[in-house]
Formats: sequence, C-alpha cells, structure tokens
Amino acid sequence: MKSDYIIEVNHVFKQFEDGQYALRDVSLKVKKGEFVTILGPSGCGKTTLLRCIAGFQVASEGDILLNGEDMTDLPANKRPVNTVFQKYALFPHLNVFDNVAFGLKLRGVEKEEMVRRVRKSLKMVSMSDYEYRHVDSLSGGQQQRVAIARAIINEPEVLLLDEPLSALDRKMRADMQLELREMHKKLGITFIYVTHDQEEALTLSDRVVIMREGRIQQIGSPTDVYNEPQNCFVANFIGESNILDAMMVRDELVHFCDRDFACVDKGFGEQTEVDVVIRPEDWYIGRVENVPQDKKGGEMTKSTPWQLIGEVQTCIFKGVHYEMTVMTDNGYEMVVQDYQQFVPGTKVGLLVKPEDIQVMKKERLCNEEEATVLPGNQVEMLGEKWDITERASERFEAGEKARAEFDFNRVNLQDDEEDGVLSGEVHFILYKGNHYHLTIRTDDGDDIYVDTNDIWDVGDRVGIRVAPSWIRLYKTNIEAEAKK
Amino acid sequence: MKNVLHHRRTWAWPYLLFLVLLVVLPLCLIGIYAFTDMDGEFTLKNFVMFFNKSEAVNTLIYSIAIAMITTIICLLLGYPAAYIMAMKSFRTPEVMALLFILPMWINFLLRTIATVELFHMLNLPLGEGALLFGMTYDFLPFMIYPIYNTLQKMDLSLIEAARDLGANRFQVFTKVILPLSVPGIYSGIVMVFMPTVSTFAISELLTLNKITLFGSLIQRSFGEGGITMWNYGAALSLLMLIIIGATSFFGNQDEASENMVR
Repeated sequence: MKSDYIIEVNHVFKQFEDGQYALRDVSLKVKKGEFVTILGPSGCGKTTLLRCIAGFQVASEGDILLNGEDMTDLPANKRPVNTVFQKYALFPHLNVFDNVAFGLKLRGVEKEEMVRRVRKSLKMVSMSDYEYRHVDSLSGGQQQRVAIARAIINEPEVLLLDEPLSALDRKMRADMQLELREMHKKLGITFIYVTHDQEEALTLSDRVVIMREGRIQQIGSPTDVYNEPQNCFVANFIGESNILDAMMVRDELVHFCDRDFACVDKGFGEQTEVDVVIRPEDWYIGRVENVPQDKKGGEMTKSTPWQLIGEVQTCIFKGVHYEMTVMTDNGYEMVVQDYQQFVPGTKVGLLVKPEDIQVMKKERLCNEEEATVLPGNQVEMLGEKWDITERASERFEAGEKARAEFDFNRVNLQDDEEDGVLSGEVHFILYKGNHYHLTIRTDDGDDIYVDTNDIWDVGDRVGIRVAPSWIRLYKTNIEAEAKK
Repeated sequence: MKNVLHHRRTWAWPYLLFLVLLVVLPLCLIGIYAFTDMDGEFTLKNFVMFFNKSEAVNTLIYSIAIAMITTIICLLLGYPAAYIMAMKSFRTPEVMALLFILPMWINFLLRTIATVELFHMLNLPLGEGALLFGMTYDFLPFMIYPIYNTLQKMDLSLIEAARDLGANRFQVFTKVILPLSVPGIYSGIVMVFMPTVSTFAISELLTLNKITLFGSLIQRSFGEGGITMWNYGAALSLLMLIIIGATSFFGNQDEASENMVR
C-alpha cells in the first residue's frame, strides 16, 4: 500500500529509562518533497523525534511509517533516511573523499561509479577542490558541507538534519540557509529539519512543527504559525508579541484593555475568556494630537478615534524599525514597532485593525486539581494538606473525592519555599501587558498557574499558598457535569 | 631586590639536580662502562662478547618473543574488556575499571609470589606457562587503560553516523571504532612491551630460575655471586635501552599523528 505521505508518525510516545517522557502522543505526517522544520526550545523533544525517525532511538509506543510501511523496528542502517548531525560527526581517520564515499563503500559500489558519485555530491555542496583534504583542516562550515555531501550520497528518501547550522557563526549560517533551500529544490527529497531558531524555521520551511515538553503545539506554514498562533506558547515563542487576557463579547467583538475591539474571529461563544495576540508591527502608532491615518491611506477614516492612548516609555533602534514600549493610560504595557521614532515621554495613540487581532482559546481558566476531603476542614491535594473553609467542607464526607479549583490570581507565592504549603520552581513566564502569568512546576512535576504583578525569574524556588477561602470544592461527577 | 623564591625557575633547581644525579649521570656511566674495559680503555669487546655468545643472543630473542606474546595476550584480553567498559554495557563502568586497577595497589613482587603459591596450590607446574600467566596478570591493566581512554573519549555520534550510512554492527566496529582506537592500542602495546622485555624478578620466581630472560642476564652481570662484569652488563643495558627506545619512538610517532588528527 502506497501512502500519500512519505513519513507518518502515529501517536508516538518515548519514555526514557528515568521515567521521563521525551515525546507524548506525537503525530506528524510529512509529504514527499516537503521541507518540514521541527521547532522548539531545548528539551522539547524535537531531537528525540528526529532520532526516532532515524532509528537511533525506538519509540516506546506508537509507530513510524515510511511510504506507508511500518519501520518502527527497522534498525538505523536499514532505513532509507540519512542524517546530518549537529556536530558534523565526520570520521576523523578518513579524508573528505573517504568520508563522503563511506556509504557507497559499504554497499560495494564499483570504484568508477563511486568516484563519479562522490564528485557529484561534493560539487553539490561546492566542495569539489577538497577531496583529499583531511577533515580536521576544514572550517566548521566546510565540515558541515562535507557532512551533507556524505548524507545525500546514498540518495535517501528523507534527509534528517539535526540543528546542522547551530555551531556556525551568524553570517555563515545565513549563507548555508540559502544553500540548503537551494539544495532541497535541486535534490527534490524530503527534508526534516530540527532547530531551536525560529527565524531559521520561518525562512527555510514549507511547514513548521512547534513542540514543547514532548508535545506538538501547532503545525502549519510559516505564515500560519506567525499570524495565527494557536496558543500563548506559540505566540510567545515565534516572533515578538503582545499577549493579553481578553473576553470574547460575541462573534467579531472582543474586549481587552478595558474596551471593545472589532475582530474577525468567530465561534468562541459569548462572554468567553480568551487570549489575544497582537504583533508589535500591527499596532498603528501616532502622536495623540494627530488624527490617525492609515499607512496606505485607506480604511482608517479621519473619524476613527484612537483605540488606546498612552505614553512612550522606551525606544530602541532595531535597524529597520524602532521598537517602543507604550504604557497605556489604563495601565497596560504594549510593545510597538514602527519605522517612525517616538521618543520616550511622547503622548501617543494606538490603533489595530480587526484582522490583526488574533484570538486564541484559553487552555484553562483556573487551576483544577483532584482533591480528597479530610476531617477538620482540610483537603489533600497535590500531595499536601490544605486548609479550606468550613462552608466548603460541610457538603462533603471525610475521605470523599472532590474537584478543587482556585483562580490564577489567588495563588500566593512566597520567597521562602518553607513558607508555602507546597514548593516548586518558576518554569515558564508569560507577560500579559499588565501582569505576569507564571507556570510553577511543583517538585512532584505538577503545574500550578499563577497571575502576579511580582517579578520572578525562571528557576526561582517558591513556596505556594492559597488562602482557604479561595479554594472551591465541587462534587466530582454531578456538579462538574451540571456546570458544563 | 626581588626574593629569589618568587622566581618559578628557582623551584626547578631541585628537580634539575635530581634529574642530573639520578638520570643523566647514570646514563652517561652506562655509556662509558659499555665502551670501556676493566682498565678504563676504550673497547668494543663487550658487544663483541655478547654477539659471539649464542646463548646470550638467544636469551635476548627469547625475551623479546616472550614480551611480544605477553603483549598480544594482553591486547586480546584487554581490548574487549576496555570496549565493554567504554560502551556502557555496564551500568557502572567505574566499578569495573576499579576492579581492574585494584591489584595494582599491591606491590607486583607480592602479587608474583602469590601467583607462585596459587600454582602450587592448584598443583600446576611453574615454567613458561606460569611466566606468561604471571606477566599477563601483572600488565593487563596497562593495556586496558589506554584503550579504555581512547574508546571512552570517542564521539558516539560517529557510531551513529556509520549506522546511518548503512553499516551493520560489525562494520561499525571494523570501519570506525577499531581505526579510531589505534592510538590507544599503540600506547597499550608500548606500556606492556617495555616493562615485560626487561623483566627479571617475575621470570625468576615463576620459573624457579629455569628460564633466564634478558633482564636476569643484566642483573647477574652486576655482582651476583661475586662475578663483577660491570662493563658487559652496561653494554647489555645499553642494548636494551635501544630496543625500548625504538618501541617508544614508534609509539611517539603515532601520538604525533594522533595529535595531527585532532
């Protein structure tokens, strides 16, 4: 059975010996000839996924198909895929020619044919004059070219590239990116490329796969993932963005920064809490006394009032544009990019077009945990005992299971972890215009989400407290369903 | 005026003195003795005497042969051991490495005497077999260590690259791991061959003095049982120095090429 997809990854899990999951339910379909980039911060599982496809690691669950045929248990040397390694992995005891010829020699290709193909391969990466050079006498960029020549000589159906440019300097990286793009066109084979560099991912690929903590967050074309991020992580990771808490009033109308904005999104329901993303370059900025005009002299009529008014706090020159932070008069901080400079202290107005507001569903509205009610106005939750109010506990029998909820902004973080009921580490920080949204990972690996105005750093140890009156308890089944 | 103790060179003086008195001077003495007779006249008689005595020449050849056999046995036993440790087949390669090095904490003479007792206990005859066993036992760690070191430092992605290009496990070994561990093998060979070719105490104990090695020959020239043939002994020592020098030069050559590779 032939498949439309050259590579199919179906519900793959990878658990390491220490019990940690590197991949959780990863599914990905790659079309023949596509250039797919797997993008994510370090430790997100992107390299593990690539290694599972290459055959260096075996998925704990799920399967990987090539041309519709299962190759989950096929060893690396029998897979028609080749890899370009991060640190080149050239054989130091062989010269350039022998490195490139390695795969052909193993297959017993005839000498003449071998020489012809090695030359062709080296020509492809513009390394023709280096055949008999020792690999260690080459620069990083040249070594990576040889590594690419070595990987494509077997004419693999899929070329896997594991952060191949990360060891090169900036200028060299930009050159190699262009060349890789060219090479992909010329060879016509499928490229699966792993990187942590979002710019690289957007420049090179047909499709970008964004991963975080072993899970795929979004798959889409570079413009899709940039313009329509599906969650805060993607919006924050790709490009710069203003992410704000918002309320979908009704279809095509969203409320944030204390006012209503027209937007183009529908289907979120009425009065639904959402997140909105506005890219810094999508804000239209002007002196407050000037009447706003569209950059192209269209749509925004003279009668359009400023949507937000504020004062420029900082202004940095970024080469092509200026990047400014604007503090609005209702207390939101906004990052704005414009070709025009507005010096700090300038009173400015801001406008955004409906189509430039990206609305995203909130992943959660409050912290929800499983709890067991204990005698004496306490619950056991997240492995610790928490005080609750008598009013909350009186509806439950001791030992009864319950669902506990507490709001993000009701979690109290303590400098001294001893002062908390539970201790954890600041894991992820998201700035939301007027407050921070933190993810605190407890020592047991649970996540608690916190809204705070205090400044914390990733890695800070904190104690977690929640006042008894802010913990709400619900019957596990009936009430939960009634609520829905 | 600056305190002389602040100069780093000042601190090198004691070591220089040590080197001159205990290395350079004895070497010069060996040289002088080897080319002179009892009266201090220049002569090549000592070397002529050695090459005319077929018994002595045979001892040299036999010693070299024994050293080579020991080296080969050590290599055959040591390489797999080093490989297993380096390839992390064991959860704790450190423990295994420690176990290999543990016997070296004990003086080698004691270990040799213990080996003799072991052979007595098992009713095994002492002789050439016992000698090879004893020397292998004594020098095996010197073979394992350098090989283990090179293998451990090897970039694992090279193995993956070879697999990726279509090499099966055997080909990965012959085409990548083995060629890359050659520097370790050379060091191991030199480190085992050099001490075994000049050994004498081990051979005397394990063969009940039945087998004479070149080391013993030298030792006997220096006044054992009243015979003093210092000039002859010095000539033999010089010959051995040349042999050892040649092997270590061989090894150095390789290290040089290894440095070029890195």
